Amino acid sequence: MTALNDVDLDISEGEFLCIVGASGCGKSTLLNLIAGLDTPTAGTIETGGRRVAFMFQEATLFPWLTAGQNVDLALKLRGVPKAQRKARVDELLTLVHLGGRHNKRPHELSGGMRQRTALARVLAQDAQIVLMDEPFAALDAMTRDSMHDEIERLHHELGLTIVFVTHNVREAVRLSDRTVLFSSSPGRVKAQIHVPFARPRTADDPDIAILSGELTDKLKAEVAQHVR
Amino acid sequence: MSVDVQPTPVVEVPDGDAPRPPEPRQITAHSIWSWIWPKLVAVGMVVLVWQVLIWQEWKPDYVLPSPWTVAQTLWDDITSPRLWSSMQTTLTRAVRGYSLAILIGTMLGIAVVQWKVFRLGAGSLIAGLQTMPSIAWFPLAILLFGLDDSAIMFVVIIGAAPSIASGVITGIDEVPPPLLRAGKMLGARGVDRYRYIVLPAAMPSYVQGMRQGWAFSWRSLLAGELLVTIAGTTSIGGDLQLARQFGHPDQVLALMIVILVLGMIVDGIFSFFTRRIRLRRGLTGAS
Repeated sequence: MTALNDVDLDISEGEFLCIVGASGCGKSTLLNLIAGLDTPTAGTIETGGRRVAFMFQEATLFPWLTAGQNVDLALKLRGVPKAQRKARVDELLTLVHLGGRHNKRPHELSGGMRQRTALARVLAQDAQIVLMDEPFAALDAMTRDSMHDEIERLHHELGLTIVFVTHNVREAVRLSDRTVLFSSSPGRVKAQIHVPFARPRTADDPDIAILSGELTDKLKAEVAQHVR
Repeated sequence: MSVDVQPTPVVEVPDGDAPRPPEPRQITAHSIWSWIWPKLVAVGMVVLVWQVLIWQEWKPDYVLPSPWTVAQTLWDDITSPRLWSSMQTTLTRAVRGYSLAILIGTMLGIAVVQWKVFRLGAGSLIAGLQTMPSIAWFPLAILLFGLDDSAIMFVVIIGAAPSIASGVITGIDEVPPPLLRAGKMLGARGVDRYRYIVLPAAMPSYVQGMRQGWAFSWRSLLAGELLVTIAGTTSIGGDLQLARQFGHPDQVLALMIVILVLGMIVDGIFSFFTRRIRLRRGLTGAS
């Protein structure tokens, strides 16, 4: 079975790219390919030796470590000397507004705080490219809004290249510089839309609502085609 | 949609702490008492039934002595060096055999996980060995090693190692794939992968395997001491056998209590560690 076929995407440095598509359109497969977790049967992925980090849908924090130790492990595995690690962990947790939550274990944190910790761990990897696979899908709307603000800020401050997969059109328009619409079985690029709005954006910006309305219609047409 | 969401990136974190797990309780006189009294009641019930049987004169007292007689014998045992030297022999054997079983079981488990050939060959055998009563090994062990310490050791190890190996195998097999993927993205490869991701993730199942392994090795050890009497050394199992042969039922019962208590103490240690691991990982309910 072919998950993806003839996908040709150029992602520029510092770009925030969102990929939208119905479930099973191969968007997660694309991320796994970029991350090197899967190998393509044909074609190539070029990351130019840039470091890649991955933020998963469920916060994959290690349950035997505290929030701080989870972040610390990322540093340790990158070979950061012990003397520098403690200060860096503090810095990263503060950056995601979790200062002072060092010693909490993952199960003691709420869903939103777990994703913040996962985000801190991703940042600890000091990657230039960050892949995100529906990281906020399981969060409530309020928490998701605040995570969007956070991601937008970090993207800007750290100059990250982000590839963000979601099935939520509004989320894609809220966040991205460019949104790519995927069609299903096999996954292909159906349409690409530039999102020109100035940053920082707000969730209830009417422009975002209008553009996501248009995109939703396209996506619906695409889904209907496959249901038939 | 809320109207007052600010565009400023710094917003108050809207999500509070998750419901806290129960804190480890403070140890007070009250908590100790509430932990201990149900156990005292249970022991009291057993002693009561026992005493009723004595009053009914169900069996003559040279077969079933009264709780009081046994208590006196137990006290004499505890205050004499003989019991302690027997206990030392038995516990030394237990520690030596069990440590070797952990070593062998762990290596066997890792071999099965690591090499496909081992899994195909040894995987089902390990499951089978776990169901084999370890006492069935004794005739062979005695033929191989003679009436000797080694025969006991052999059976203790072969009783415990399969459980420990199977704890390792289940633990490693059942590491959640998302954690492995996360570990891979963090750059954990080779030895690091095992050290930081796989082994800690497999820990609860490993400890469970060690706990079961202990139960098996303790049973095998006592069975072995009953069967294999070595001249010149005293052991709990050996003393138990002697007490029966010389017709000291009070001694038999006193030693049985010693065996029970020793087993319970070790199991209590395991249960402490199991609980702690589960609590730390949030694997436990409110209980």
